[in-house]
Amino acid sequence: MRVDIAKGILEKNDGLAAENRRMFAESGVFVVDLMASPGAGKTSTILATIAALRDRYRIAVIEGDIASRVDAEKISAHGIPAVQINTGGACHLESDMIRRAVATLDLVELDLLIIENVGNLVCPTDFDLGENAKVMILSVPEGHDKPYKYPNIFQVAEAVILNKYDTVSFFDFDEAEFREVVGSLNPAAPIFPMAATKGDGVDAWAAWLTDRIEAARAGESA
Amino acid sequence: MHEMGICDGILSASLDAAAKENATRVNSIDVTIGDLTEIQGEALQFAFGVLTKDTIAENAVLNITTVSALSRCADCAAEFSHGRFDAKCPECGSYMCELLQGRELRVDAIDID
Repeated sequence: MRVDIAKGILEKNDGLAAENRRMFAESGVFVVDLMASPGAGKTSTILATIAALRDRYRIAVIEGDIASRVDAEKISAHGIPAVQINTGGACHLESDMIRRAVATLDLVELDLLIIENVGNLVCPTDFDLGENAKVMILSVPEGHDKPYKYPNIFQVAEAVILNKYDTVSFFDFDEAEFREVVGSLNPAAPIFPMAATKGDGVDAWAAWLTDRIEAARAGESA
Repeated sequence: MHEMGICDGILSASLDAAAKENATRVNSIDVTIGDLTEIQGEALQFAFGVLTKDTIAENAVLNITTVSALSRCADCAAEFSHGRFDAKCPECGSYMCELLQGRELRVDAIDID
């Protein structure tokens, strides 16, 4: 006997993500999901973002890693609330993990929540967490050909940070080709060259993020 | 590589539906996967074999229908199918296109006894 189901495979994750999104909107907190390879500079980018925006916004961070508290401790050292999620082997964060992590944060006391996804260019792309924006970081040493190999992550991201830009002259990185391929995959996404650990280029990224936060607020109060 | 998690979603939707019909056996499960997702068919079949063990879906056949990407041009309204890298309107050359299909992850139906 044939029985029709017609259900989304990720329905459970998507349903919880929608609840997260509603909860974030009600609390007035803007949520960014940062995705990148291990070592691309996710944590450094978060620290640079905190430095740029901490006077304007109340910020907290959720750190997703397979194991350890190393990243959360780096963030906490700057006086910013940080929650560590250890996925215990899972290659990406899911919406129920975010739900449990935010239970330890006072959302109404926050303006910006930055989620550092597990270092991976594949799996995080298919999972909605309830964020306002997914942003991906590629670092120069990874190579300009990454969009050919991992197109999906460049398509779901609203913005692309090109980190470790201070090393661009030491690597065979063809920025024109990189911009052309990213443009063909995702014409609307801005690309922000940055050297997060030195602070170079952080202003343009912080200005974009500020615009997105303010636009979301205007939308909520409209 | 998150086919295990995806497969878990397929199986729980299927077993829930089968339980509602008081099924004793699931013979097959039909799913639709868009070309623009990160799901690889072979890895999904492997995960399916592992996760169906000791369930009423053990030895069931997983039928995967893949859907290619289809977009509509925001500038000239042309609809066209494309791969991952050429989501550019073949009519007018615009990149401002809305994806109509290609990111599906859906359980369509099951066949049960």
